[in-house]
Formats: sequence, C-alpha cells, structure tokens
Amino acid sequence: MSLWSRLANLLRGDRLSREIDEELQSHLEEAIAQGRDPAEARRAFGSALRLREESRDVRLIAWLDSLRADAVFGWRQLVKRKVTSAAAILSLALAIGACTSAFRLIDALLLRPLPVADPQQLYALARQGIVIDGTPKTYDSWAYPAFRLMRAAVKGQAELIAISYAERTDLTYGSDEEFEKAYRQYVSGWMFNSFGLRPAVGRLFTESDDLNPGAHPYAVLSFDYWKHRFGQDPKVIGRTFRMGTDLYEIVGVAPERFTGTEPGTVTDIFIPTMMHPGAVRSDWTWLRTLARVKPGVAIEPVREKLNATSRAFEEERAKSFLDMSKQQIDDFLNQKLLLEPAAAGVSEMQEDYRSALMALAVLVALVLLIACANVANLMTAQAAARAREMALRVSIGAGRWRLVQLVLVESAWLGFLAAAIGGLLAWSSAPLIVRMINPRDNPARLLLPVDWRVLGFGLALTLGVTILFGLAPALRASAVKPVSALKGGEDPHSRRRLMHALIAAQIAFCSLVLFVAGLFVATFERLSNRPTGFSAERVLTLETVAERPQPPDLWEQVAEHLRAVPGVERVALARSALLGGWSWNNFVSVNGAPPNRVLAYFMSVSPGWTEAMKIPFLDGRDFRPGDTYPGVAIANQAFAKEYFNGENPIGKSFEMLFGEGGRSRFEIVGLVRDVAYLDPREPMLPQAYYPFRSLGDKGALRARDSATFIVRTTSSNPLALASVLRREVHRARSEFRVSNIRTQTEINQSHTVRERLLARLALFFGVVALLLSVVGLYGVLDYSVLQRRREIGIRMALGAPAGDVARRVTADVFSMLLAGALVGLALGVASARYIETLLYQVKPTDLGMLALPALTILAAALLAALPPVIRAVRIDPATTLRDE
Amino acid sequence: MPKPDSLQGSLNLLVLKILSRRPRLHGYAIMSRIQGMSGEVLRAEEGSLYPALHRMEEAGWIRAEWVTKDNGRRTRVYELTAAGKKQLGSEESRWQVVTAAVNRVLRTV
Repeated sequence: MSLWSRLANLLRGDRLSREIDEELQSHLEEAIAQGRDPAEARRAFGSALRLREESRDVRLIAWLDSLRADAVFGWRQLVKRKVTSAAAILSLALAIGACTSAFRLIDALLLRPLPVADPQQLYALARQGIVIDGTPKTYDSWAYPAFRLMRAAVKGQAELIAISYAERTDLTYGSDEEFEKAYRQYVSGWMFNSFGLRPAVGRLFTESDDLNPGAHPYAVLSFDYWKHRFGQDPKVIGRTFRMGTDLYEIVGVAPERFTGTEPGTVTDIFIPTMMHPGAVRSDWTWLRTLARVKPGVAIEPVREKLNATSRAFEEERAKSFLDMSKQQIDDFLNQKLLLEPAAAGVSEMQEDYRSALMALAVLVALVLLIACANVANLMTAQAAARAREMALRVSIGAGRWRLVQLVLVESAWLGFLAAAIGGLLAWSSAPLIVRMINPRDNPARLLLPVDWRVLGFGLALTLGVTILFGLAPALRASAVKPVSALKGGEDPHSRRRLMHALIAAQIAFCSLVLFVAGLFVATFERLSNRPTGFSAERVLTLETVAERPQPPDLWEQVAEHLRAVPGVERVALARSALLGGWSWNNFVSVNGAPPNRVLAYFMSVSPGWTEAMKIPFLDGRDFRPGDTYPGVAIANQAFAKEYFNGENPIGKSFEMLFGEGGRSRFEIVGLVRDVAYLDPREPMLPQAYYPFRSLGDKGALRARDSATFIVRTTSSNPLALASVLRREVHRARSEFRVSNIRTQTEINQSHTVRERLLARLALFFGVVALLLSVVGLYGVLDYSVLQRRREIGIRMALGAPAGDVARRVTADVFSMLLAGALVGLALGVASARYIETLLYQVKPTDLGMLALPALTILAAALLAALPPVIRAVRIDPATTLRDE
Repeated sequence: MPKPDSLQGSLNLLVLKILSRRPRLHGYAIMSRIQGMSGEVLRAEEGSLYPALHRMEEAGWIRAEWVTKDNGRRTRVYELTAAGKKQLGSEESRWQVVTAAVNRVLRTV
C-alpha cells in the first residue's frame, strides 16, 4: 500500500489530511533550510504523495476525471452490446416520453397557475345540491343579478369577477359574406385590473366599461387572436366588427400570456358582461364567478356570506315558481355554495378530462416501471457476466462506491439517451393527444409550453428512473466478493431471485394495465355500439342563422330549394341536430294534474324530420305542413311510459309548463321510437316534438333567427356536398347564412371523444406493457437456462426427460407470473372504483374483464417461454459437460 | 547508503529514545537526529517516519502539538507521554534481549 493510502487510512477527514499536508510542507521547508536539494527532498516523499500534492486543490477535477473515464467506459459497454442497449433505450424512451407527455397535459390543463397576479388567491364559486329534476349535481353557472348582489356582499374582503363560458360565435369585419368564427368571453370590466394585466396595445377594460346594459360595445382581443388574425397590426385598435346585430369597437389587446381563464380554450375576444343579453335576466345563468380573496381574509366567512346572499336571491325568485312542489323548491334553495381554489383556472375540459388524464398517467407510470424492471434485469444479467471484471477491479483497489459509480454512470447513459428520445416523443405526442381530444369544428386549444416545469419534471424523472433500475444492480455488482467471483462460483440463485421478483412485479403491473385497458376498450365499444335510435349515415346538419328573425315560411322555402340540389335525398328543419348539445326541457302536466319531477325534453321539427332521421313511427302520423305550435306533438316511447303509464298516447293531450305559470297544450298525434337526445350515455329521455311553425302570443307566426337543416344525402361522403349546400342556402335567400356544417356521425362521435382517446391510448400502452413484459420474461428465462446449462446437462445425462427439464426451467418463473397476475388483477379490481366515472356499462368484476388480461398474459408468457425452453431441452449433455 | 528498511523494527525505539532525551521536536529534526547520532549510518525515510509518528500518536505513546515558528509558519512538534516512557522501557529491554541474542549467535557460529 502506498504511503498516502496508509496515511489516509490512519487519519480520516479533510481537516486531518490538511494538517498532514501542512506538516509535510513544514518538513520540506526545514529540509531545504538545512541545505537539502529541494527537488531531492520532494522526491523523498514518493510519487503518491507528490501526486496528492499536485491534485490537492483540484480534487473535484479528479472526480470529474474519473466520471469521464466511467462515462467513456460505460459508452463502450453500451456500444459493445448494440441490440440489447438499443432495446433498453427504446423501451425506456417510450415510457419516459409517455410519462412526460402525460405530465405536460396534466400540468397544462390542471396544475399550471393562470398568468395573473397572485393566482393562489383565486377561487371559483359553485353550487352543490339537488337540482330541479331531483338529481344531485354540482354546477357553477350564475345569473348576473345574483352575481351583482354577491359582489356587493363581500366587497372589501374579496373581489368577484364574472366571466362567461368561452363560446364559439360568428362575427364579421366586413360584409355578411365574410362571417368567421371566434371564441368570445364576456368578462367583468374590472377583471384585467384585478388580474394585474397590462395591455399589449391600446387599453383594457375598466369598471367604467361595464356599467349599463348594452352601453359598452367594446372588445379586447387576445394576443393570440391578434397575432393570427391581424399579424399583430397595431392599427387594429379602433376597427369594428359585427356580432349578431351589434357593432363592436376594438379598444386593445390583452398581454401575450393571458389566454382566458379556461384551460383548453384560448379566448379570442373579450366583451364587457353588460353587453350580454342576459345581463338583466334573473333566470339566465350564463356566467362563472371567480373570487379574488384579499390576502389574510379567511375563506369560510366569505363563503357563508356568499351562500346567504345567493340563497336570499333565489328565495326571492322562487316566489314565482308556481308549478314546483314544496320539496323541489326546498331542494333548490338548500343548495350549498362552494368556494374552490381556482389558481389554474376553471374549465369544462378540466372536469371532463381530470380523471381520464390521471388514469392515463397511472397507466404510463406503470409502463415506465415495467420498462425499468426490464432494464434492471438486463443490467443484473450483465453484472453477472461482468462479475470477474468487477472482482478484478476490487482486487486492484477500487472502492465500493467507485464501482457503484461505474455501474450508475452506465445506467445514466441509458437513462439520458432514453430521456433524449423520450423528450422528442413527448414533444410531438402531447399536441397529438390534444388533437385527438378535438372535434373538427370545435378545436380545443391547450397551450403546452416547454419551460422549467416540464424540463424539471423530465430531468427528475430521468434521474429517478436511473436510480430505480440502476441502483440495485450497481449495489449488487459492487458487493462482489473477489475470491468467489474469480473462482467463478458466486451463488447464482441470489441473482435469479432478484430477477424473479422483478418479473413478478412486471407481470403485476402489466396485468393491471391490460385490465384497465380492457375496461376502457369495453366502455368505448359499448358506448359507440349503443343504438341511438336514428340513422346518422349520410346526414349533414347545417346550422343556419338569419340576419333578422325570419318567418317559418321562408325557412321552408330554403329547405325546398335544397331539396332540388343533386345528391340530396331529404331535407327537414329542426331547432337543432340530435345530440348536438342543444336542449330544451320543461315539466309536463297531464289532465291538469301537478307535474312529477321528471323533465320532458322538446324539439321543434318540420314535417319529414322523422323520415330524414329515419326514426320509425310506432303509431299515429307525422306533422302536416299546416300543423303549428302549440297544438300537436309527436311523443316518443319514454314519454308515453313516463306520463301515460306506457299506454298508447295517441289522441291524448298534455300541457308543457313554463317557469312562471305559462302553459302550452298539445295533442299527441304520433308515437315514435326512442332516440338519443342529449348524451348517448343517458337512458332514453322522455321527448316530445312539436311543429317548427310556431304561433306567438298574439297568434302570429313566430319568426326565427336560427335553425338547423337536416339533409340526408345520397353520397356516402356527405361532406362533399357541404360547400354546395352552404352556397345554395345563401342563394335561396340572401338573409340566410350557414354558420356551421357537421355530419351527424361526427356529432355522435363527439360524445365519445374521451372514451375513444382512453381506449386507444390504454390499448396502446397495454400492448407496450405486454411487449415489454414478454421481452423481460424471455430475457430472464433465457438467462437462467444459460446459467443452469451445466445442471441441466447433468440432469439429462442422468436421464431426466425433456418435460422434466422444461418444468424445472420454467417452474419458478411461472409461479412468479401467476402471483404477479393475481396481484395485478386484485389491484385492478381494487382501483377500478377510481375510474368508475370513466366507465360505461362495464363491471370491473365481470369474469370476461378479468379473464381477458389473464389469458392474454398467459398466452404471451407461453410464447416468450418457448425459445428458452426449446434451447434447454436441446442441451447436449456431452458438449456442456465437456465445456466445463 | 542504507536501505530504508534498515530501520525495520527499530524506528519506534529510536523515535521514542530521541524524544525522551529532547522533547518537542518536529519530524524533520527527529529525522536528522537519527541520521546524525547514528553517524550517518541510519536514515529514516519520510515515507516511514511520518506514518510511524502518527501510529505512535494514535497508540498514545507520543503527543503532538502545533507550534508557530518565528517565520509565522506552523509546525508540529512531538513529545513523549507517560505511556510512551513505559513503552520506551519495554522496547529498549526487548532490543537489548534481541541484540544480545543475535550477538550470541554471531559469536558462537
């Protein structure tokens, strides 16, 4: 041993070694003072000390140097085993990329604070309780007069801000021909100021822009819209656009970072709340309320004050609820006001996708763990192959941590290479997933910035993963005992035990992923195969608006014009497309009796609508051209069942009750089969259809400014007709303009976007998990056959049959597999309740749901086991024994 | 020139003896004394001396202390402890026994 290591072994610690340095230094000086040759004196200390002297102040560099050496060595190791390294890196990359994508989405949608001053002080108001039809619900819409009262009530403690739901609307900067779509949000004038925002150009609203109903036709553009629509032209200030019948003047542009308060939507245009037609209506709930609670103010008293104010408002309003039972009114008034933190904003997309994204995040995390287990097994197997190298290193003086560093650096190579590829994957896949969420006509826009949050997550993930798969093999490798390893006889079973445990964990995770994927796929299958009751094929829906309300005859005239267009089979008019998002409900009274709590849903349709939608009549007749509202109606089966005890309702009549005592009387002339109305998940709603021709209060035909043409085409690709129909509508009557064209199929599918996304991604990750597990299983079996070939050779020489050998090779692994699968499925059943809201008519405890992943894994495992087993039974005892 | 290991087994004894005569010596002084007093025959290599000093300090035979020299530099000086005196006695007698035995062998053979 060198002098230095003796000294270092004798005395520990930095201070002590500094003292030794000092002592030796003083020795040198003394020697030189006594006339000894300095060089000679220094030489007398020996080379180790000299080296130590030289590197005394550069110990970090020495460490970096060793790190560099390890990195070079690790790289050579990777390159030496190109195929296994590439497989390890790719599987890790896929998993890391998926995890980072999931994080990007979750962060962007749910975690990232809004770019406003002190976002942690933002709260959102919501109401929780029994709603009008007797079901429990939480919702967050408010009427403006209620908002105004609540704002006054908490003045000084919190500032309330009204913000409408972002909505896609039509507007034009020029003629009627040039209508375009934009996302509009009505906001309180003081919102910008309260959020601490400064304009990019022009000015933002202030409180004085939001005082009197209809008196502030101004608009603030979002930076994003300004950039895309106007190329950041500063001359946009002062320009006007028309929305509905009102002209608005652009007064400013919001700062770049502020894109509205709804993650998932980028608002284009902000308008003062006073310009909303519902600003004075107590019965229109159309806005969200955000509260900016002042620092140091307790939340609960503010909530109580808001609750009391809201209740007082609704009590006042409930006085006019004539047709509601006492119970209904009590339930309504007893709703509780909630004040929930909203630092990350509030949006429907958050609610829709929160649990879906979380479920996906768990799935990708499991895939990552599976990939880690694979790489850990790979590294363990390699460590076995390198036991002699490690032993040699130990015997020539390498410390334990030096070996740990060596193996970890190699792991870090894998980790960081995988992270680099995974980063690219995440870069492109996160926007892809957002696009999958998007219906064509209603593009959700989720900003996915790459900043320190995402990079930090990626880095932490990579380091964590490296430690996860690298540490155990590293510790194991460093614990090598030179004597036994150099002899070539370390206990091989201990290594296999670790590998088997990893296999069990892997299989458990894999069966969990497959189980959940199965649930999601089954949900999507059942949901998309659920009959809607109508035929969506070849149907186009043309949402059409008129400049001013137009009488029904003109609407009919346009429909007649469209019927003459080549390729058009049938044309009908309806208030909206089925499942299109529009709904109209009321209570129903039969024979003057008080209504039950079940709401009936209504739709105004023209004659021929049932035929165009291919909704079969069970009895009665369709509307005739002269039929009007109120007067006659067509009911569906659910309606007959709910209000007429399932009897044939033809010829019977009912009354539709409006909120404040109004009622309309209808005689049922037709009975049709049930169709999905609002949401394909729901049971079929009781529905009644009344004629498109509607009589107003004074008995005159009521004019309409919007309706939907339902066009059944002869082409299998109805969208091919879209531009022709758009033109023809305008040609038939220039006052009419098609605002939006969708196929009915597209509308139907828009309800299963989330389920499709979940099913697709879960299936994808299920396949990946299965693939990784199979590769892992194969690797471990192959390794153990390789390790035990001497033993197998002896057994076979002694006459063991092939079946016995195969059983011996696979027994351990298959018991691990069984245990893993059982644990995984148990975990799956236990965790299924967290994803219950994402499932549709799928029971996690269904035998099929459990058997499918189990059988898949078993089949895959058999496949993976085949090559090693064949190799095992083909071992030639003579060769193997001679080799040794 | 004598080999470094010419002091094998006797370095402790010499250091203890020198320190018993003259306490508070630093490493270089001990080294030069061994050299001078042995008539340039014995030579303690730095590579052996300092580990030996530290071993003896660890064993409690000598104690070390930092002193500041005239030039402001610190240096470490050593002196004997009570345990060291005892150790010196036993080492000295052991040496006597060993050398006597060796001499007897040399004479008789």
